[in-house]
Amino acid sequence: MLNSILRAGAVISALVMIMILLFLVVESWPVLTHISPLQFFTDDSWHPLEGAYLLMPILAGTLYASIGAMVLAIPLGMASALFIVYYAPPYLALWYKRLIELLAGIPSVVFGFWGLTTLVPLINQIHPPGASLLAGILILTLMILPTITLTAYAAFVAVPDEYLRNATALGMSRWGMIRGVVFPAARAGVVAGIILAAGRAIGETMAILMVAGNVVQYPDSLFDPIRTLAANIALEMAYAMGDHRAVLFVSGLTLMFLVMVLSSMAGWLGKNRHA
Amino acid sequence: MLNVNAMTWRQSFRDRLVQCVIYLSVLFVCAVFSWILFDLIRGGIAHISWEFLTESPRDAGRAGGIGSILVSTLLILLVALAAALPLAWTTAVLLAEYVSVTSKFGVTIRYSLQVLAGVPSIVFGLFGSAFFCIYLGLGFSILSGGLTLACMLLPILVSTAEAGLRALPESYRLSAAALGMSRTATLFHLLLPAAAPTLAAGLLLGIGRAMAETAALLFTSGYVDRMPGSLMDSGRALALHIFDLSMNVPGGDTPAYASALVLVVLLLCINILAMRLVYGLQRQRIMTI
Repeated sequence: MLNSILRAGAVISALVMIMILLFLVVESWPVLTHISPLQFFTDDSWHPLEGAYLLMPILAGTLYASIGAMVLAIPLGMASALFIVYYAPPYLALWYKRLIELLAGIPSVVFGFWGLTTLVPLINQIHPPGASLLAGILILTLMILPTITLTAYAAFVAVPDEYLRNATALGMSRWGMIRGVVFPAARAGVVAGIILAAGRAIGETMAILMVAGNVVQYPDSLFDPIRTLAANIALEMAYAMGDHRAVLFVSGLTLMFLVMVLSSMAGWLGKNRHA
Repeated sequence: MLNVNAMTWRQSFRDRLVQCVIYLSVLFVCAVFSWILFDLIRGGIAHISWEFLTESPRDAGRAGGIGSILVSTLLILLVALAAALPLAWTTAVLLAEYVSVTSKFGVTIRYSLQVLAGVPSIVFGLFGSAFFCIYLGLGFSILSGGLTLACMLLPILVSTAEAGLRALPESYRLSAAALGMSRTATLFHLLLPAAAPTLAAGLLLGIGRAMAETAALLFTSGYVDRMPGSLMDSGRALALHIFDLSMNVPGGDTPAYASALVLVVLLLCINILAMRLVYGLQRQRIMTI
């Protein structure tokens, strides 16, 4: 009796995932049947009301913003994790770890709001218009930093103590030990965390919607505004009809597949940590 | 000998350099965090009063308060928890106690939840608006928003509850079996009470996640800022209120600062409480062992 109730609950939980996939496919079906996916790459522009669905600049904007954020967040996150595990005195390490955990709990809309009221005017003084790829990258960096730090921390802590003792016994310097022993031993876990963070960066909506300017174009510099895939959905869903709406569901589906591939990679890496 | 000295000198120089870089990065992160907090406090503290917390917004939110918005947020949260908690906890109990880690059933469910955890919130929004609002005909309502959030909360609630149950010592189960307790009785009288702190911590984390959410509610619970009369009314969540004030309402910055401050303070309290529960539990366990 109890067993069957439990099983029913679990099956419903698993069904949620399938329902989401199903509904995204059903809603994007009209477009997939009568518009060739090539149009997303060959149309002249993104003017969905006139039937021009060029997604390339939006994809490019998404990639630039995510890659830029990764470039900044990986070194900062690694440094933070190393600080917690190997450099800080215990009480400081605990406090810093809690600080990072609290940073992870700040909502994206608050990051976006702070970026809009503080960061964008600052960037505007250097190079107008302010709402730009750079602002998006900086805000995304703050948002994925906790993910990278906490996963790298878990990977570093899992390195067996005897490795470290042996390294010390061999007279290795602290950095020599970290580079030569800790990094190779923790590599799978750290990379898995970085991939998870990449998934978060690609899917982030509100913060980037608020600071990145939302102009559909290939950015020429860091100071040009961009639009990302997720922001595009949030902006146009309110008035989209027919094919336009279906195209938005296609971009949602794309987003979901990207994230699914990334999270499967992370899961596989995490499982083969000790291979 | 000289050569060795040069090497150790170079190594210790490199060590110092790396240490400096790491300390600087940490200082930088702390500085940015305090910058954000300081900005929010400076911009919002003067505007917060009892009236602000209890009155309904007027003039698109420029005047009045956030009373009706807090009520909507609370209702959305309650709907989400009422839908997600039973599902999540039954799933967690099944995965931790009744199915072996390697069985096909368990692996499938765990994999689907793991993927669900990575789905971007805007995709939940798309799904919610297609399924709950249109297919089930619930429209823009607190109910649709809450149910969409429930889907989002499932993975975090399941994983925390499962971890909590797995952390219980095996001897509990063996002793219960030796005393002739049925598995159901063991579950309800021993395992669930013993895991209650972790269940509560997971619950708090879920509440935090739900309150922070904006993108999934954009097309499901809607924008209406009046006091909701029933669950079928549209209601604006606090995070969405901040978004709307800062993007669509010129001159809405001060109430937006105040609302952001309220949201951040609420979330900090909830997260600190959850951390307390988890850390307190670890300490207690170390002491009893």
